[in-house]
Amino acid sequence: MNRRDFVKTTGALVVGLAANDSLFARLAQPPGPYPDPDFLQLDSWIVIRADNTATFFVGKTDLGQGTGTAFRQIMSDELDIAFDKTSCVMGSTHNTVDQGGSGGSDALQTDGYPMRRVAAEARRVLLEMAAKQLGVPVSHLAVSDGVVSVTEDNTTGVGSLTYGDLIGGRQFNVTLSGKNTDTTTGIAKLKPVQEMKNVGKSPQRHDIPGKVDGTVKWAVDMTAPGMVHARNVKPPVAGATLVSINEASIRNIPGLVKVVSKGNYVAVVFEREENAIRAARQLKVEWKKPATAPFPSSENLFTYMRTATPSSTGKPVETGNVDAALANASTVIEAEYDVPFQGHTSIGPAHAMADPSNGQMTIYTNDMKSYGMRNGVAQFLGMPRDQVRVIWMDGPQGYGRTAADDAGFEAAYLAKEIGRPVKVQWSRAEETAWDTKGPAYAVKMRGGLDAQGNVVALHYDACAADHNHLGYNEHETVLISQLMGTRKSPVSQGRASLPSDMYAIANRKSTTRVVPLPMPFETPLRTGNLRDPDGPQVQFALESFIDELAHKAKADPVEFRLRMLQASTQDDSGFKRARSIACIKAAAEKFGWDPRPSPRGDKPSGSSGDILTGRGIAYAYRSQTVVATIVEVEVNKQTGRIWAKRIVVAHDCGLVINPEALVRVVEAGALYGLSRALHEEVKFDAEKVTSVDWVTHPTLRHEDTPERIDVVIVNGDPNPNRPDLQHYGAGETMVKPMLAAVANAVFDATGVRMRRVPFATRGSLRR
Amino acid sequence: MANITLRVNGKAHTVDVEPSTPLLYVLRNDLNLSGPRFGCGLGQCGACTVLLKGEAVRSCIRPVSAVGNDEITTLEGLAQNGKLHPIQQAWIDEQVPQCGFCQNGQILTAKALLDKTPNPTDAQIRQGMNGTLCRCMTYYRINAAIKRAAKVMA
Repeated sequence: MNRRDFVKTTGALVVGLAANDSLFARLAQPPGPYPDPDFLQLDSWIVIRADNTATFFVGKTDLGQGTGTAFRQIMSDELDIAFDKTSCVMGSTHNTVDQGGSGGSDALQTDGYPMRRVAAEARRVLLEMAAKQLGVPVSHLAVSDGVVSVTEDNTTGVGSLTYGDLIGGRQFNVTLSGKNTDTTTGIAKLKPVQEMKNVGKSPQRHDIPGKVDGTVKWAVDMTAPGMVHARNVKPPVAGATLVSINEASIRNIPGLVKVVSKGNYVAVVFEREENAIRAARQLKVEWKKPATAPFPSSENLFTYMRTATPSSTGKPVETGNVDAALANASTVIEAEYDVPFQGHTSIGPAHAMADPSNGQMTIYTNDMKSYGMRNGVAQFLGMPRDQVRVIWMDGPQGYGRTAADDAGFEAAYLAKEIGRPVKVQWSRAEETAWDTKGPAYAVKMRGGLDAQGNVVALHYDACAADHNHLGYNEHETVLISQLMGTRKSPVSQGRASLPSDMYAIANRKSTTRVVPLPMPFETPLRTGNLRDPDGPQVQFALESFIDELAHKAKADPVEFRLRMLQASTQDDSGFKRARSIACIKAAAEKFGWDPRPSPRGDKPSGSSGDILTGRGIAYAYRSQTVVATIVEVEVNKQTGRIWAKRIVVAHDCGLVINPEALVRVVEAGALYGLSRALHEEVKFDAEKVTSVDWVTHPTLRHEDTPERIDVVIVNGDPNPNRPDLQHYGAGETMVKPMLAAVANAVFDATGVRMRRVPFATRGSLRR
Repeated sequence: MANITLRVNGKAHTVDVEPSTPLLYVLRNDLNLSGPRFGCGLGQCGACTVLLKGEAVRSCIRPVSAVGNDEITTLEGLAQNGKLHPIQQAWIDEQVPQCGFCQNGQILTAKALLDKTPNPTDAQIRQGMNGTLCRCMTYYRINAAIKRAAKVMA
């Protein structure tokens, strides 16, 4: 079996495997039930075949950032087998241990370690087996690319044995220890990172060829004999109650299987997809509007948020005495920053296929948290867990959307109702209006400078519209469940997050609160996890305000930040601070930063006519990953168009497994942040979302593409060559500073301060 | 329902469907082609793109009855004799996709662009590709891949 065949191997598809192959039984479609793979058995993680190839089974999902390829790199290094002889099966609940799927950019930071440990343990066990067969101590053995050789005292005459010779087709039967999948371990030690041969190299991502030649099987491509097609019929306004359905209104459309409704959930199921689409549009449904408006309009959102009674208040965090320091400061400024609800608006609306065959329920999905969906669906349908399995497959970007994966629940519900396999596909308008939203933020910043222009006090006061933040595929919070009348009580209280930075400011205070919208359930303004759930909002306020303070201090924005990072305080965290400084310096150096205060003010060379140019910096932490971003913009004075002409991202996520894949993730992630800065906003009147397609909900397009993006990989660790250098997450941090970096660049170019996201459609510059 | 014959990737297929059915659903559900994908059903995003007589068109809003006998090429039909098209190879060499869901439209739109404009400038790429959306924001790398493919194809 070659690598491409491996690539096509999922729980659902077994391509190129002989029926007597040891992998076949593992990957073939068992009739069920589906007990959990035991994370304390080495065999659950690794299969080695007679042809000396290895397949790794990991409980993560790859949303297209190359984590699967990275797992193969670190596991093949610990196992000592050639990268090309490995493959990876991911995220199928019956085949791979529950590592939680994707979320929090923890793939390498958290889950990479148990993967390394089990691979190291497999190597240890194989060497012991070889020692026994060859009659020499393990210390006399060496292993390279899955071939064990005797280095001295070879009396057996056997030159070498492959892993395939030693274990191929058989089971390890080795028990591991650990209280969960994060802590799973054998007794073997990890390699020093300097001995990892595949780490730091850039093998091409194994998922890309199939995505380019059309051979990848997407979740949305799954079919089954007798499968039917479903479309939802959503309430026309939020909070509407179903009164009646006129089934006669779709009688002229052939192939009706069933109109399904329960509570306010309505779906039409047809033999053919185009007829389901037509029927969903044509079906006459009478709805009763709610007595009170479910939310304020998007135009009034921030006024509402600033005056609404909080549903929860964060514990204030204060060092020093901010009010006293502000009273004594030479200069005091304050500013407010608003970030609206922003949706995921995936390029492919939600979908899933559920198959109820054999009395089980199998869901084919791009759900990033397939394990959560399995538990949620089992509870939702009242089925035993082991009769439900969820098979993760490739799909359109989720970045948090599928942490609350409505379509999988809907497909499973309908499949159980109808007794046939059902594919659910949301429409564009449905997805853009009803997907989960990143919470809106209204932030007020206050800050003071001393006579020398040093920051002496900073107050961050944030309000987030994040009441009833959705969980991870919980059966009582997904939309179908809400529409059917389930009310989780108490609701999951969201939060207003704190800035993530390492600035040393003697007097600093953070106060936060969450406000509810009038209608917490059955609402399209339901908050969930967006790519970095609230970091971009928070850091927009912080890093814009730091720029405003630098302006007041007549200081260069880079120097101003470095001054605060080099200052010493009692809670000094040298590790994070050193890496912050390294990133900011690396970004400035790559950009060719010319120290001077903002705004630019003069008529710069390169600016001509209506075009003004400027540059801005912002930085952020997320967990242990640090990013400093510099954006150069061109602003057209007449049209207000903002073009990010150049972006430099200095990125430190510790040990880099695959530099090329990392650079691609950071390039695209930075542009995703740019899209949120310039274009994205959920718009709504007082009863429904009105941004429902790519015209009413603009996104970044090719025309916005920068001329140049530089990603600088930084290792700012105070001990950069330590053998246990950690690998941290890289999926989200780059989004955090982008909004402020663009705003700061626009200020540098024009002297106009962007305090409301998004910038491109607000017309703020046209005055 | 009506019998309609389509020429797709060099082969003729006859299907029995409503003439108003968008081409996308016939390609996906009757011909089992997964290259074109549903993204919006409105002709706004490009995920469903196919080549019709070499032009990049949106199959989600093109009634199957309006296709006639014109040759349709989907992503699956771009490779010739088992060899990837230079644009596909450039996409791999540049490691373009993230999730990859939109890349069908990106690749086929690039094919139509390069057929007309073999050596596009950055501005021509931005303009020619502008209607094809990517929510992972791989635009920068798409630009590089198009230029790489243009060199190979020259």
